[in-house]
Amino acid sequence: MRNDTILLEHGSGGRASRRLVEELLVPYLKNQVLERLDDHAEIEIEGTRLAFTTDSFVVDPIFFPGGDIGKLAVNGTVNDLAMGGAKPLFLSAGLILEEGLPIADLERIMHSMAEATKKAQVHIVTGDTKVVAHGAADKIFINTTGVGLIPKGVALSGHRGEVGDRVLISGPIGEHGIAVMAQRSDLDFVASCKSDTAPLADLVAQMLYAYQGIHSLRDPTRGGLAATLNELAVQSGVRIEVEESAIPITESVEGACELLGLDPLHLANEGVLVALVPAEGASLVLDAMRNHPLGHKAQIIGEVCSKKLPAVILRTQIGGKRVLAVPTGVQLPRIC
Amino acid sequence: MRFLREFRDPQAAEVLVRRIRKVADSLGEISFMEVCGTHTMSIYRYGIHHLLPPNIRILSGPGCPVCVTPNAFLDRAIALARLPGVTIATFGDMMRVPGSTSSLEREQARGCDIRVVYSPIDALRIAAQEQHRRLVFLGVGFETTAPALAATLLEARRTKVKNFSILSAAKVIPPAMQALLKDGPLRLSGFLCPGHVSTVIGSRPYEPLVNEHGIPCVIAGFEPLDILYGFLMLLEQVSEHRAEVEIAYRRAVRPEGNPKAKRVLKEVFIECDAQWRGIGRIEGSGLALPSTLEAHDAFLIEVEVEPTYEVPGCICGLVLSGQRTPFECDLFAKECTPETPQGACMVSAEGTCAAAYCYGRIEEE
Amino acid sequence: MCLAVPMKVISIDDDHATCVIGDVEREVRLSLLPEVHIGEYVIVHAGYAIQILDEEEAQETLQLFADFQEDIGEMG
Repeated sequence: MRNDTILLEHGSGGRASRRLVEELLVPYLKNQVLERLDDHAEIEIEGTRLAFTTDSFVVDPIFFPGGDIGKLAVNGTVNDLAMGGAKPLFLSAGLILEEGLPIADLERIMHSMAEATKKAQVHIVTGDTKVVAHGAADKIFINTTGVGLIPKGVALSGHRGEVGDRVLISGPIGEHGIAVMAQRSDLDFVASCKSDTAPLADLVAQMLYAYQGIHSLRDPTRGGLAATLNELAVQSGVRIEVEESAIPITESVEGACELLGLDPLHLANEGVLVALVPAEGASLVLDAMRNHPLGHKAQIIGEVCSKKLPAVILRTQIGGKRVLAVPTGVQLPRIC
Repeated sequence: MRFLREFRDPQAAEVLVRRIRKVADSLGEISFMEVCGTHTMSIYRYGIHHLLPPNIRILSGPGCPVCVTPNAFLDRAIALARLPGVTIATFGDMMRVPGSTSSLEREQARGCDIRVVYSPIDALRIAAQEQHRRLVFLGVGFETTAPALAATLLEARRTKVKNFSILSAAKVIPPAMQALLKDGPLRLSGFLCPGHVSTVIGSRPYEPLVNEHGIPCVIAGFEPLDILYGFLMLLEQVSEHRAEVEIAYRRAVRPEGNPKAKRVLKEVFIECDAQWRGIGRIEGSGLALPSTLEAHDAFLIEVEVEPTYEVPGCICGLVLSGQRTPFECDLFAKECTPETPQGACMVSAEGTCAAAYCYGRIEEE
Repeated sequence: MCLAVPMKVISIDDDHATCVIGDVEREVRLSLLPEVHIGEYVIVHAGYAIQILDEEEAQETLQLFADFQEDIGEMG
């Protein structure tokens, strides 16, 4: 079956998404900056290095435990800048509103965005609003574009992973994915977890202050930790080995995954980051993370072990080994 | 997470592996077959292949109800989805399976009302809440799932939810296990039997495999310790030249199974012949709705279904009957990947080929 | 086709029960079992309890594994 239309799978952050970007989108827009395919672009203007990024938010439901689409839109872009080591400064916000959206909902979202910008210490300095007919959008879509300043000496990129680097994670996985799924009435389960959406720039600053030689930072959003580790492995051309039992996960996420047959490593996170850190700096960075409210559950979960065929290998809870593959498609509950 | 964590203990796993190696050491080439997609997944998920001694080969049988469901069923589901006023409710497993020319996921993208649910009860609730829609639930599964389908149908009838119906593709597994042994060139040292199917049916249905074919059978659970213990019990049978039906999963399986679930099954379903992708027609292996439940039988909804088309070159049939591994298929990992599946074994999340592709391809240094 | 999990029964209303795994709660039907009590663990598949988990058997199986461990210890 050939694909002649876009499927939901193309937006899920897994294999299909990557192929769409690499094989269809990027070739048209070719340039060196874009082809690095980090979450942010690094541009230099008259000696000043800037991080520049854009992200669109289409989450459904728009309100969920721990946040809403507005908070997500601010933090998501702030975090993409932060993963480049940049200090996030200015955001734009483009709103596409569906005819029929309650004004009260819009106000709630704007209030949320205002709070989020204050917390992240950024300003939304320009924006745009469009309204489309009922059915042409799902309540509200938000695009945020952000710009930040990259300090001298900071060079973070997915390409910089080296053999011997330790893999660090800042907190438990899957909170956002499960919080959003729990809101869907057709699955009908109750979980206490809340979306972990949070601005990570300050955590990153603390980590870099402790050790400037961090190689890569990435936030595992859609596609989860599995997608992110695979992206890093491919970008750096390395094999990464991860210890399953070291990956932090809460009872709420674990329970939901067991019940519905989901893989927590494929679930979206909105307030977690992954770092590739040279061995000599790993414990310094880990301590800095644990001293920060957004990193107090940080762990070292693995290592970059060789420069062979890029892959991510998981050492399982019982000492077995398996490939941690790029997720295929949208995560769906299963019975098999 | 009681009764899960304890059965994932790494120290106990190590001990079981050592015991397995000890028993397997004096035996020659061993082939065990599991016939449950959940076993396939669990074995890959925990990296169990990697822990077993090299003389033990694990084959995957037709244990994925999604994989063994022929295109014709999917085509009918898709045709129903395209009818105005019809809502399809389904387990997530079916969404990406390719029918002859489309899939439920594709149809959903094109605007058909298709909803993923966790339980048939959720589908019944949707039907009750949306009485202007005709709700068709895709009843795919083996004996673990069939009682849930049956009980939901009884509740639909009792609460008079007239717009709820099931398109049944439910199957029973022991006849398929027998069919594998009857004609295939399969040489099996034992069957790892499906734990939750057995929770319902008990241990008796596997006796013909032992009595007529002399194949050891061990009913195993799904946590890594359960699976390792299941293999250990099978190896001990082989080593002691025994062939019996044994229950390793004693906390969830009783010899008599679940009598109430069995009664509910009998009350609702009638036995029929069923088509198994890759194996063909197996007598008495399917479950269909009787005429007393016609009001809830989605097979009776009039709809035009396109002619069936199966992909040539795909050896799913041989993989499903354990005669080939995915790695022996020419299309595997080349034309056939989870994104571009050529057959059901690759599309279903716990299909043998999908599991092998996603978890099994470790290039050792 | 066998994805089912042990869940603890925390409340019962006729043949509906609220069950929990980790801290995740879900309504479960008990119509496939004769009698279930609050505090028992049941095996849940697709929203239905298909068996009561036999806690004694579970402990015996775990004890068996522990005994294996000791045997290995003895063998050196």
